[in-house]
Amino acid sequence: MAKKLLLDKADVSGIRTYEVYRREGGYRSVEKALKMSTADIVEEVKKSGLRGRGGAGFPTGMKWSFLAKPEGIARYLVCNADESEPGTFKDRYLMEFIPHLLIEGMIVASFALGSNNSYIYIRGEYAWITDILETAIAEARQNGFLGKNILGSGFDCEMYVQRGAGAYICGEETALIESLEGKRGNPRIKPPFPAIKGLWDCPTVVNNVETLAAVVPIINEGGEEYAKIGVGKSTGTKLISACGNINKPGIFEIDMTISVEEFIFSDEYCGGIPNGKRLKACIPGGSSVPILPANLLLTTAKGEKRLMNYESLSDGGFATGSMMGSGGFIVLDEDQCVVRNTMTLARFYHHESCGQCSPCREGTGWMERILKKIENGKGEMKDIDLLWDIQRKIEGNTICPLGDAAAWPVAAAIRHFRDEFEWHVLNPEKCLTENFGLRHYADPIHVPVTA
Amino acid sequence: MADEIKKETLANFKVTIDNITIEVKPGTTILNAARTIGGDVTPPAMCYYSKLQGSGGKCRTCLVEVAAGSTADPRPMPKLVASCRTTVMDGMIVKNITSDKVKDARAGVVEFLLLNHPLDCPICDQAGECHLQDLGYEHGKEGTRYEFTRRTFEKEDIGPYIQLHMTRCILCYRCTYVADQLTDKRSHGILDRGEHAEISTYISKAIDNDFSGNMIDVCPVGALTDKTYRFKNRVWFTKPVDAHRNCENPDCCGKTTLWLRGDEVFRVTVRKDPWGEVQSYDGKPGWICNTCRFDKKKTIDWVIEGVTKISRHSVISQGRYEGLVIPKDTIVEVMGGRSPRLLMDIHDESEVNKPGVHLSELNGPAHSDTFNNGQ
Repeated sequence: MAKKLLLDKADVSGIRTYEVYRREGGYRSVEKALKMSTADIVEEVKKSGLRGRGGAGFPTGMKWSFLAKPEGIARYLVCNADESEPGTFKDRYLMEFIPHLLIEGMIVASFALGSNNSYIYIRGEYAWITDILETAIAEARQNGFLGKNILGSGFDCEMYVQRGAGAYICGEETALIESLEGKRGNPRIKPPFPAIKGLWDCPTVVNNVETLAAVVPIINEGGEEYAKIGVGKSTGTKLISACGNINKPGIFEIDMTISVEEFIFSDEYCGGIPNGKRLKACIPGGSSVPILPANLLLTTAKGEKRLMNYESLSDGGFATGSMMGSGGFIVLDEDQCVVRNTMTLARFYHHESCGQCSPCREGTGWMERILKKIENGKGEMKDIDLLWDIQRKIEGNTICPLGDAAAWPVAAAIRHFRDEFEWHVLNPEKCLTENFGLRHYADPIHVPVTA
Repeated sequence: MADEIKKETLANFKVTIDNITIEVKPGTTILNAARTIGGDVTPPAMCYYSKLQGSGGKCRTCLVEVAAGSTADPRPMPKLVASCRTTVMDGMIVKNITSDKVKDARAGVVEFLLLNHPLDCPICDQAGECHLQDLGYEHGKEGTRYEFTRRTFEKEDIGPYIQLHMTRCILCYRCTYVADQLTDKRSHGILDRGEHAEISTYISKAIDNDFSGNMIDVCPVGALTDKTYRFKNRVWFTKPVDAHRNCENPDCCGKTTLWLRGDEVFRVTVRKDPWGEVQSYDGKPGWICNTCRFDKKKTIDWVIEGVTKISRHSVISQGRYEGLVIPKDTIVEVMGGRSPRLLMDIHDESEVNKPGVHLSELNGPAHSDTFNNGQ
């Protein structure tokens, strides 16, 4: 059994309430942190090697140290709980069942960053979790962990929960800030980065829910202890929300040393694929990361076993690898159609594009329409090349990463599953009733032996 | 105050754009630096408007490649950057028309912008002075690869003076900045999102403000046009003259361009600089009020100064205006002294715009006979 840091108390009855959470050792990190200097806390987080759990994997300690600290200007901590990536639902679990863990992490982070007003920007659809968080915040305030002069340290901190209105784009940090300010959730043009000019033009740090929750074990056990878990630059534990064609969909906390194969097939985690089906493909980190066929998912192009961590999943770049992303692990068995899957994702990005910059506004809709055409047996060979060209012209040319996120799934699907697209074009009637199937997607990869 | 002094003592930054090196003040954007060079080196800008704070970064036509960030840190920037919102650094090397990556990306952006744009130039009032037309002419491909139904919007009435034609809009957001920065209360904005985002008032209200007419001038396409001029004439048949009047409105600069035919004033607009933006007087943009724009349609209302000098690389500059100033050509400099090869002379291909025909010298509108008679 792997060590759990975030979810070890998740099964304790009543952990959602302050009494039980406190009894189980909660808020120890706040007591410890308030006695430390803020620089030491940032140093601890740096030592831990914690990387942002929202998708990009940027080192959290580094992000914190970039925060501008001009005299007399307020600083803000904002928790990004706008978890809207298809396939990702880890933050929801964390906030719904152990809300105090997030609040505890946020108090420590607020203290370290000097934020007296911290915000949780939560996805609009998580309406009931807003209530859970607000109850938890009220409990924390009653017990002196929020409000004026916390535990006699002289540090004041208030925490607010703000609900979004249901836009995926508001998970992008600058769009989130705009939305939090009460404006239309359009991403801002960077630079300036939020660390310099964020919420109300003040220095701001935006962190994911899981990142802030991970601050608690880092402070409790020390950054170096935390860094001992995991491998290389993938330290600590990671929450993975697994879904799709697996026997045990749900949230798993892993240390990042297990292999992808073990994660999918062992009973401790996903428990294999139901009905004796074979693995065809997988999107390992939420809908926007590249899809991989079974053979490249389980082994890298060099023939090594692929592990569930940042480096190994991205081994080979986009040509043969993918990304850890936000940990939304979507498994597709041999009965799934990659064209249909790609179309669904393209429809999502088309629907969620904010419409601010032209490549994403026009390109996402175009890609969806072409994919729909191919899926419905009306596609032509040139459409596949056209799709490739459109995604290429969106990627990297937009204001925010949504353009990239819309382009990557399409690019990866064509890169690895081009013959399935071609089969759809060549068999316009058959593709409406049948599936392409597994074919060669799980065949072992030929690795040339070096002489 | 201390800040200002510090700024002035700072040395100018050297920046190289397409092999041409210039010195600019720190804080200048790449686009504005390129504008001081002029010509083909300047990236096109559809959404950026130097007189409107916060504009730019949206249309992505001004993307450029930064081959070296600065002398201190000569690493190239990983992605193409929006030149309108990126400030220059000392020793920065920028590639615009000399970069294949830029040309490829720009062709993509032009295709995206034209994807859902109705190509109704023959019946659009903006034709001739449309930035998208210029952009398509210079950077576009001959055809579209889009084979689906184009997006359309229902017509919306936003008052007696301004015609909103949302189908043509490219969502540059300029008009919302005008409303934010020029008028006391913004009553329109962007509704909905993505492909369906539209400029609208909330909901279907008229825009009523003394300076709302400036939205028409900042609109790069024919999405916002002058209702008092609608369908009355083509811009290239009217003759632009500079004029002014003592406007009672203290915020109105009173300096305008009248678009005449004979003695009839067809249209009043702000005066525009070579980049199609409103001209500044003593650092203040010369916006005009709606009274000047929509109500003063007689020559006796105005003191006419003389023929407007048109100096823009544009479809309109093909119109053989009197006072036409051909913008500086930089291509020889960009190519290190070599001359470019002319692939096609328009006059070999087309019967219109004969070099011998001068529209401003004609009495009355031009006609196909005007051009045919030359033969």
